[in-house]
Amino acid sequence: MKDFLFKPFEEMTEKDYETIGFKSGLEIHQQLLTDKKLFCRCPAGRYSTKYHAEILRHMRPTLSELGEYDGTALMEFKTKKDIIYRINRDTVCTYEMDDTPPFLINDDALDIALQCGLLFDCSIVDELHIARKQYLDGSIPTGFQRTAIFALDGKIPYKNRTIDIVQMSIEEDSCREVSDQGHTRVYVTDRLGMPLIETVTGPNMRTPFEVAEVAEICANIVRSTNKVRRGTGSAREDVNVSVEGGTRIEIKGVPKINRIPLLTYYEAMRQWNLLRLREELHKRGITKDTFQASSEDITKIVKKAHYLPVRNAIEQGLKIKCVVLKGFAGLLNWQTQTDTYFSKEISDRVRVIACLTTIPNIIHSDSRGDNLLSAEWQNIKRSVNGTDSDTLVIVWGNEQDTDMAVKEIIIRAKEATIGVPSETRQALRDGTNGFERILPGADRMYPDTDLPPTRITDERINKLKEDLPEKIWISNEWYIKLGIPEDTINDLAISKFNKLFKFLLSELKIDPTLAAVVLIQFPKRLEKMKFDTSLITVEMMKEIFRAYKDGLLTRDGIFIAMQKSITKGKFYSELLPKPVTSKELEVIISKSEEEISAMRLFDPDKRKEILLGHTMNKVRMTVEGQIVKEKIFNKS
Amino acid sequence: MAEDYKGYRGKALSTLKNFGAQVWSDVEIETTKGNYKGIILPRSETADQFHIVIKMPIGYNIGVAAENVTDIKIRGRKEAHYKIPEKDFPRDPSKPNVKLLGTGGTIASRLDYRTGAVIPAFSPGELYGSVPELATFCNLDTEKLYGVFSENMGPEQWVGTAEAIGREIEKGIDGIVIGHGTDTMHHTAAILSFMVQDSPIPIVMVGSQRSSDRPSSDAALNLMHSVKTAADSDIAEVMVCMFGPTSDYYGLLHRGTRVRKMHSSYRSTFRTIGDIPIAKVSREEITPLRQDYKRRRKDRNVTINTAFEEKVSIVYYYPNMMPDIIDSLIDNDYKGIVIAGTGLGHVNKPLYPSLKRAHEKGIAIYMTVQTLWGFVQMYVYDTGRDMMELGVIPAANMLPEVAYMKLCWALGQSNDPQKVKEIMLTPIAGEITEREPSNGYLIYQGGLPEVEEFIAKYVK
Repeated sequence: MKDFLFKPFEEMTEKDYETIGFKSGLEIHQQLLTDKKLFCRCPAGRYSTKYHAEILRHMRPTLSELGEYDGTALMEFKTKKDIIYRINRDTVCTYEMDDTPPFLINDDALDIALQCGLLFDCSIVDELHIARKQYLDGSIPTGFQRTAIFALDGKIPYKNRTIDIVQMSIEEDSCREVSDQGHTRVYVTDRLGMPLIETVTGPNMRTPFEVAEVAEICANIVRSTNKVRRGTGSAREDVNVSVEGGTRIEIKGVPKINRIPLLTYYEAMRQWNLLRLREELHKRGITKDTFQASSEDITKIVKKAHYLPVRNAIEQGLKIKCVVLKGFAGLLNWQTQTDTYFSKEISDRVRVIACLTTIPNIIHSDSRGDNLLSAEWQNIKRSVNGTDSDTLVIVWGNEQDTDMAVKEIIIRAKEATIGVPSETRQALRDGTNGFERILPGADRMYPDTDLPPTRITDERINKLKEDLPEKIWISNEWYIKLGIPEDTINDLAISKFNKLFKFLLSELKIDPTLAAVVLIQFPKRLEKMKFDTSLITVEMMKEIFRAYKDGLLTRDGIFIAMQKSITKGKFYSELLPKPVTSKELEVIISKSEEEISAMRLFDPDKRKEILLGHTMNKVRMTVEGQIVKEKIFNKS
Repeated sequence: MAEDYKGYRGKALSTLKNFGAQVWSDVEIETTKGNYKGIILPRSETADQFHIVIKMPIGYNIGVAAENVTDIKIRGRKEAHYKIPEKDFPRDPSKPNVKLLGTGGTIASRLDYRTGAVIPAFSPGELYGSVPELATFCNLDTEKLYGVFSENMGPEQWVGTAEAIGREIEKGIDGIVIGHGTDTMHHTAAILSFMVQDSPIPIVMVGSQRSSDRPSSDAALNLMHSVKTAADSDIAEVMVCMFGPTSDYYGLLHRGTRVRKMHSSYRSTFRTIGDIPIAKVSREEITPLRQDYKRRRKDRNVTINTAFEEKVSIVYYYPNMMPDIIDSLIDNDYKGIVIAGTGLGHVNKPLYPSLKRAHEKGIAIYMTVQTLWGFVQMYVYDTGRDMMELGVIPAANMLPEVAYMKLCWALGQSNDPQKVKEIMLTPIAGEITEREPSNGYLIYQGGLPEVEEFIAKYVK
């Protein structure tokens, strides 16, 4: 193993990531903007934690199509959870409850998905087969997610190379977890069944920052359709990370792209340190073949302990069990991530699989914290035949849960002799991550016998191509060439006006900068003024630009016309003031002069400027400032 | 040969044959659109003839258009061995012996590539492998009597099942569970209630609304509940054991003659109509909801009467029904007709002459109600009185399907209208009750505040 110690996040260089063989890929989940859900007719995108009823389910593992059980499924079955779903009758019907078979796939959703596939340069599958992907954590009441691959083998340009798009699938979204305590897990079902696409990239990213950058690019590509949902929770990333000699680890559900760099850094660090731990174990002569561990019930031995969690356990009549990890002395304090140690890997497994969810759920003899007294540790060590080169891990709970915990502690410790176990891990706030479940494999897939395969015809694809926005890397290049303000480029690419922009330039010969400013910056200004800019439609803007083109509006007038159109719900040319003739303008200026002479001015030298401003307020929509200025300043 | 290219037809078949790529081949397919790696799967016979299905290494399936295929390279072969892990069912002499008779249904199932749907498969070892909890209740033996979907159950299967029950009782079994598809489970429950009389042991029918190849299937829990009932309960009747609420919570034991499937897909689809269920069952206990059930006995005395007349029909009346519906039954030599009439048991006047003719020809005609709940009462209106004059006999509160089954059974025993009437109107297994309790009809109306409050309070 290479001799490399992790540096603080800020000090890691590209070279360092190369040294450890950092590799990362993304699985990007993006909700699609449809009225209804994917396999039923419930409204999509209505979130509420209010519920009217609860149902209870248990999940059991079933065989895959090829007749095998999936590892994750078996793990989840070990946990024996009561899963409670909260049902809001406005957002959930009997389909999501798994009491009605699916309706045919939502064609709007499939169309949007296919368009996204085309934007990633994928080849679209000829026939869509819906699969059931098992999720025994309960996040979907059926115990599986309906999902189908619709596109394969795409690519996007990045720096001087390409990022592979391995595959894209369309699937139904899952429930949101409310709580998970002991043997009860609670979910709210409002998000369940909403259509989303999952885009899987190749492991082509070489540093944590590249991962975030590519995530941003991919997000912009699908947003450019303007048919995907935006806002919190509408896009979620799973990030796959591995280092040389490590394992592909999936960090699930990263809600914000800016959290990716630190998360991937910490995961790389964890893997690297686990590999170093393996090296240390091997040095001590502990391999998967020589690994030894034993366990014993020590309830009687610690019955007088003062350490509170153990004290409470004894008072509640629970069991206390001790695992002896032979030759592990000191290794539970082996650092895996900043402020995180190998003991956390064990505690996580005990929490998730044995359902001992109150932390601390284990204590161990490598700890120097306040738990058992050293005499008590000595006493236990004697009774379980431990030596100073061993580590003792103590766990408490009911008979069944502690049995499970003991097994899991031994399993996890043994895995340390092998390397980095395949897991999915959850992103934690501080950038580190925790065990979520064993990484599922292909064995959790099963064909959905409720729905027939769907043929995707060339006619359908061709029709969708007609309505496709320009690929953002192409449009961005064009925008740069046009010289539009830099801060409008990216926003324009993903704006609902991106096609209109093209139209304005080619058909109405509008100045690119003006068009970009009006379409991107004006709505932002209006937003600040508390206007609901979602009411501005493409049609509205087209009319406004036509009026501008016909000389009915000034540049400033466009802004005012947009305000008025939002309030009226439509752009009416009647909203425009009548054009002002040169004569009329002179009258208006004289009137303004009279008004100003009635005022006391702080700065009389600026009389003309003040007059200009005063006049402009009256004619802003219809007369360009330059003309008024000339009239005023050239008059005398 | 057919197995080598299972389910493929037309263009897809000729393409596969062209490259010698059989089902289960691990292949790399080259097409004009791109290349795909995967295992060629059998194709459902109902799917089109233009696509080849492959399972990609990530587990997803896709269909590849055969017309775009330019080459198929065969790299190997991986055939699916869909086998539930079998483990010997443990024997414990202190536990009761239960026999599970299989007729079909989705209690235990696996994928069928012919139809793309699920087909049943079970043995004690498989059942123990997938539902090991069963061993805590009993020693289990299984016998697969039939493997049919419940819509394909018929007299042959009913008679065969009744006889199998008789044999098992004679052999000394402590309880019987019958695995059955749910669609016609209540028909079979009714006929078994008549064919098997005075059983000394529980006879429990069970199925599942979600097939057992789904993680949240109701199959395992239904199976546990039914086996628990067969092993431990003192209820010696033909019962249907299915989910009470839709949640994985408890099951209900419905009397075989009063139960009906009431929802096309809900787990809690079976309901006792016009009465209350016999008991509630969980993995831990059986809680009787009433006391008037027949008790378990030590003896082995049972009467198996498998008489059955097939020429019986059920006519679901609708306004504007034409008499030719009845005429065609008469002309086709039907021996019995059960009418599901409107309201208290009515049909329109134009049918009268045909009904009269049927009666004169000796066809037994019985009236039930399509409202399902409530009694036939033909004295209230003239229509009813007129019809009785014509020989239509009110069948009290027998459910239409139950009356149908009973008439098949009665006509199987006698052609004498008086004798048939006596059999029909003498309750044997609760098919006619003397009274309808006020809690026998409870279809709560959603939206009402008090109902919503109830729903919010209890697990659904």
